[in-house]
Amino acid sequence: MTPTSAAPTAEDARVAAFEARIAAGESIEPKDWMPERYRKQLIRMMSQHAHSEVVGMLPEGNWITRAPSLRRKMSLIAKVQDEGGHGLYIYCGAETLGVDRHDLVEQLLNGTAKYSSIFNYPTLSWADMGVIGWLVDGAAIVNQTILAKTSYGPYARAMIRICKEENFHKRQGYEIVTTLARGTPAQRAMVQDAVNRFWWPSLMMFGPSDTDSPNSGELLRWKVKRKTNDELRQRFVNLTIPQVQAVELTVPDPDLHYDATSGNWEFGAIDWTEFNQVIRGNGPCNKERLDARRAAHEDGQWVREAATAYAEKHASRATEAA
Amino acid sequence: MTDSQWPLWEVFTQGATGEPFEHAGSVHAADAEQALQNARDVYARRGEAVNLWVVPSTAIVASAPSDAGPFFEPGNDKAYRHPQFYKVPKGVKVF
Repeated sequence: MTPTSAAPTAEDARVAAFEARIAAGESIEPKDWMPERYRKQLIRMMSQHAHSEVVGMLPEGNWITRAPSLRRKMSLIAKVQDEGGHGLYIYCGAETLGVDRHDLVEQLLNGTAKYSSIFNYPTLSWADMGVIGWLVDGAAIVNQTILAKTSYGPYARAMIRICKEENFHKRQGYEIVTTLARGTPAQRAMVQDAVNRFWWPSLMMFGPSDTDSPNSGELLRWKVKRKTNDELRQRFVNLTIPQVQAVELTVPDPDLHYDATSGNWEFGAIDWTEFNQVIRGNGPCNKERLDARRAAHEDGQWVREAATAYAEKHASRATEAA
Repeated sequence: MTDSQWPLWEVFTQGATGEPFEHAGSVHAADAEQALQNARDVYARRGEAVNLWVVPSTAIVASAPSDAGPFFEPGNDKAYRHPQFYKVPKGVKVF
């Protein structure tokens, strides 16, 4: 029997039942049967997402000691701690698919895992903290608000939790941007420069164009994704441009214009060569980010050992006392 | 280099006294005390909980989704367990 003429199998029936559940809007839970491909795609998406949260702590952690006031410093520490928490929510969700967090972290540290390309750009000024909170977290919110309706229950629940917290990130970022935009000419110039550097990388965060997104069809059919990359990117631009105008800044796109027919802010062509270079590890900070992550992991080794030793000591005392 | 994957604990949070405990997620921890501390840091950074439970994941016993139909069937065909099953005279407020 050749594969092309194969009669319907038990596997086909299970896939059909699974797809019927998805079509009916049901959530898939960890112990439910799912096609191997669905499981693999989710592990890939969720681990990349978790890695992005963890690596995302680095560009901002870089500025904690140089925050301009105690208020800003407290906010930034809280935000960076949230990003670590978000990484943990999603690793925890990924583990329900039968992978170990340990293995996922190992893939990040040995450089085989991908994470969001945005974090491979340097944070050169304090204004970058504002612009990252506003644009990068703003883009993440657009993406994650839709992911909160994804078909895999644990991922959706992690996204709902994350979305609530991201709103603080975005507002604190926009507050920094507003303050600088209304400040001295030097402060205005600094924040405009930050927008100029982060605008295009923020648009790239939504991933390749729909015409060049090999996984999208399947992911949309299984309702892992609920909107395409381009739809989400357009939504982000439409939401953001009025915020840019409100603080009298500009985005570095001479082709940007409002289209009254579609109601969209039409933007210029994205430099996908740059995107692909950064994804492949050739961005400005890829090596620096991974080196910093590895150092943090190794520097934390004694803490993990101490916690294990403490737990063992207490367990053995409890046994002796019994 | 030892880089242990500590045991997994399921975390349940109670949002306010009197409310039920809800599953929030999981944490890895070397022991129960550390599991509680990690659960607090991960799932209660903004006053989301007034109480926490942590339970070793291996201690959870769950129903099997494949048997969900027959398993829950006894509760599905007993309309007389719902108040709407019972007729009351028109215009009378029963509750």
